[in-house]
Amino acid sequence: MFWNLPYVAVVLLTVIGLATILLKRNLIKIFFGVGILTSAVNLFIIALGYREGGIAPIYTYAASENMVMATPQALTLTSIVIGVATTALMLSFAVIIYKTYGTVNVDEIRELKE
Amino acid sequence: MRMSKIVRFSADVLFGAILIFGFYIILHGHLTPGGGFQGGAVVATGAALVIVAYSYEEVLHMIKKAGLMLQESAGLVMFAGVALIALGLGTTFFFNYLANSGLLFGMSVPFGPNPGELNTGGVLPLMNIAVGIEVWGGLAIVILYMLSGISKAEEA
Amino acid sequence: MRKELSILIIVILGVFLALIAVDLTFGAPDNSAMDDYFIRNGQEQAATNNIVTTVVFDYRGFDTLGESTVLFTAVIGVALMYRKLVKGDADENE
Repeated sequence: MFWNLPYVAVVLLTVIGLATILLKRNLIKIFFGVGILTSAVNLFIIALGYREGGIAPIYTYAASENMVMATPQALTLTSIVIGVATTALMLSFAVIIYKTYGTVNVDEIRELKE
Repeated sequence: MRMSKIVRFSADVLFGAILIFGFYIILHGHLTPGGGFQGGAVVATGAALVIVAYSYEEVLHMIKKAGLMLQESAGLVMFAGVALIALGLGTTFFFNYLANSGLLFGMSVPFGPNPGELNTGGVLPLMNIAVGIEVWGGLAIVILYMLSGISKAEEA
Repeated sequence: MRKELSILIIVILGVFLALIAVDLTFGAPDNSAMDDYFIRNGQEQAATNNIVTTVVFDYRGFDTLGESTVLFTAVIGVALMYRKLVKGDADENE
């Protein structure tokens, strides 16, 4: 089991994130779950591109030429920035919802809407 | 929520250091780990430090929302413009027309580990600077707007 | 009822993902021809030491353009929401 520990960590993070999204009723905690899911995806992409004993793909004073794959790292950079953007947007939605309904509990919001 | 004089002075001193570190990360994005996104986030952290140390009304006089929005838009336009110039030169979109040309950022690099030369990379440093300006303006304006919501909530 | 269904879905998905994760190989990616090309030729073609920057801004530039647009749109959305919310704010944008 310990030869691919990063993938096990990805599964754990995915389960934790999904459980947070499905079981919690607080909007802020649901958004935390989305953030944990984003971290799981980032870790998964990075782990896919890892080579045994590889270094970061930067040639400035590089110690060896056995480098990890560069494209997963670039995609993870994209993913992190989009995660920041969506988190900012979701938290703004939470502020708007709190100001409109006076609560961030999704069940109470559903009752108030009807 | 104005902090004490010690905190404000420390924020003033640290703001310059954070700014220089962020600009270093942006400018050396093609040589060391980092780049436009990371450096822009570091510079936005400096703006967040100033916002924490001073009160919201004072910060509104120091950092203009319109200026930050202008920076964000200018960064995106500069990023797309640098890529569009390649079309005018008769090559494909996003072609690196400055690399190995001997002009600005045009020194060529041989294969293999080397100490790194700042005057390399072609259009990549320009794009790093453009993205850095965009991320810096964008994150700072998000922080500023979220703070405006908090201050109104405390008054109510 | 809803809670039990959610827990059932999470458990099934977790077991399914765990079975896949144990089966994957870590540290030796199979199809790495594209990245080998980037690592071997990226330094000479883009005159850049940092291969990740080369991939982000040169080989996959369209990706970064879309990413910048997403960030820009999100910031515009946040600004619009708060401007609607904070009406009494003496905003210098107007």
